[in-house]
Amino acid sequence: MFRYLIRRLLWAGVLFIAVTVITYVIFFIIPADPARLAVGQRATPETVARARHFLGLDKPVPVQYMLFMKRLVLHHSLGRSFTNRQDVNKVILQAAPVTASLVFGGVILWMAIALPIGILSALRPRSLLDRTAMIFVLIGISAPVVWIGLILQYFIGYKLGWTPNAGYCDLLDTQGGCGGPVDWAYHLILPWTTFAILFAAIYVRMIRANVMDTMNEDYVRTARAKGAPESQVMRSHVLRNALLPVVTMLGMDIGIALGGAIFTEYVFGLPGLGRLAVSSIEGFDLPMIEGIVIFSTLCIIAFNVLVDVLYAWIDPRIRLS
Amino acid sequence: MALLEVRDLKTHFRTDDGIVKAVDGVSFSIEKGKTLGIVGESGCGKSVTCLTIMGLNASKGTTTTGEALFKGEDLLTMNSKRLREIRGNDIAMIFQDPMTSLNPVHKIGDQLGEAILLHRDVTKRQARARSTELLKAVGIPHAERRLDDFPHQFSGGMRQRVMIAMALVNDPDLLIADEPTTALDVTTQAQILNLMDRLQDEFGSAIIMITHDLGVVAEIADDIVVMYAAKVVEQAPVDDLFKQPRHPYTWGLLGSLPRLNTDVDRLVQIPGSPPSLLNPPRGCRFNPRCSYVFGRCKEEEPGLMPVTGAPEHLQACFLDDETKELENRKLQAGSYAGGAG
Repeated sequence: MFRYLIRRLLWAGVLFIAVTVITYVIFFIIPADPARLAVGQRATPETVARARHFLGLDKPVPVQYMLFMKRLVLHHSLGRSFTNRQDVNKVILQAAPVTASLVFGGVILWMAIALPIGILSALRPRSLLDRTAMIFVLIGISAPVVWIGLILQYFIGYKLGWTPNAGYCDLLDTQGGCGGPVDWAYHLILPWTTFAILFAAIYVRMIRANVMDTMNEDYVRTARAKGAPESQVMRSHVLRNALLPVVTMLGMDIGIALGGAIFTEYVFGLPGLGRLAVSSIEGFDLPMIEGIVIFSTLCIIAFNVLVDVLYAWIDPRIRLS
Repeated sequence: MALLEVRDLKTHFRTDDGIVKAVDGVSFSIEKGKTLGIVGESGCGKSVTCLTIMGLNASKGTTTTGEALFKGEDLLTMNSKRLREIRGNDIAMIFQDPMTSLNPVHKIGDQLGEAILLHRDVTKRQARARSTELLKAVGIPHAERRLDDFPHQFSGGMRQRVMIAMALVNDPDLLIADEPTTALDVTTQAQILNLMDRLQDEFGSAIIMITHDLGVVAEIADDIVVMYAAKVVEQAPVDDLFKQPRHPYTWGLLGSLPRLNTDVDRLVQIPGSPPSLLNPPRGCRFNPRCSYVFGRCKEEEPGLMPVTGAPEHLQACFLDDETKELENRKLQAGSYAGGAG
């Protein structure tokens, strides 16, 4: 286990360097001038040159990268934004809880939908429930997230007035007239639903397929031959095995989603990482982009390790070999 | 009363291509403590027969008719609760592939224990003690410790021993073994067969042994049922079947057994392949592959009839007795005296 962790950490290091370098390369390939964007269209050439020097953009790209890495390793600082001079660390730490709220709430919602529907439709293939579920899956997978978000906003938020249409309230901080768990959840109902629909659809299909496969396994027949009632066969023999791959998928999906659920955040005006990423790219804000990329990479790496550990814990074949 | 009496069992599967008559009118019976071998090629319906008896292939589109009387109760029509009480308790089953028949995520001890706790009102500790006892009986070293191991920590032969232990844990009256040695290597096969033979003496269970290998049943069976294309073609006490086989298909099976005491270049093989059960041939189902075929075989389906002078020996072939005697002697000259293998 120890050697495994060391290997994992080394890989994380390699991945980290690769991702940051690629981000730099892509950024400098794009024909745009961050310095001009930072000072505005009407600035004189001298101002632009000064800004360029101030931001360090007049140095060769590899030197810029080395400086960036040095600052990150020595001071754990991602630097300051090109456009508004804000501390990148601080901005990301403000946006991350918003995205995390959206993602974890969404995960709970989508699993709450996908588990029962997936299992029931596997138990009764071609039944009315199964067919209805498959139509839902088809819609969920085909419909663009933005469209689903807008439709929900229009009907539930605007027409019916049941939920707020946009905005975010902090889970703990109640200053500013909005905050606390109730307001937080109230504002997130629509974003959670929007975010969960696509994943719920994908997971229903995956869980259904896994459960159906597992029901044909020989050891399930063995359990029946022992005289086990159907409920026990399902619980103890089918589900335990069928849900193993779901754990892996879930871990990876959470890791990726934590880097920003761009569409959902955009539609509902949530100040999360996804929206931050879009605005930083629009403003050619290199430190901010790098910051978000690094944060998402860390999330993905962390969740992959978590999945591996969890998997080893629930699957004896991996734990003991 | 026979322990299990199967009468005119039919299992038909509805598929997109039509109705597959996987078992088509099979009858046999087995007495307490005896061993019955069911022999035939892959796909002849021998496994489906046993799964049907156990109620384990009840998928949609399956129709089952006939009777399977276990101690006088019909397994095919009883309610599912009663059937569950019998499964694993009075009738236990061992499957072909020990590598996939045990649940990979549960400890061996828990899987054995489950079988006990489902049918006995005992504590977990008592179930564990019984499990240890059974693992010892099937020859697994360090039984107590190995209860906490997972299936992947056992070899194929050891897993089959675990499966046997699990089947015997409730002292069943009948053990159905569906090709229990097919997936194992030859030395392990012999060990498993010896083990089953020894355990039968110890536990007194009757055994139905399904196999495609006549050599396997020659040693341990009392009676043999030969199946071909979803039907029984010959049925006899083991000695009769080996010394006086009466059906050309049985001759083919016996002729294709390798023998050590004769010098042959090639094994005899039955030409062709088994017919589709979607659309079996008219008349005798073996007629397209039979080298003794004559007019009547293609028109009429032979019924299972007792052999003259041997009421326990049943066969379904129109050939006259003289031809059969003659062919029999030829076969015997090739010599498989004293059984096979």
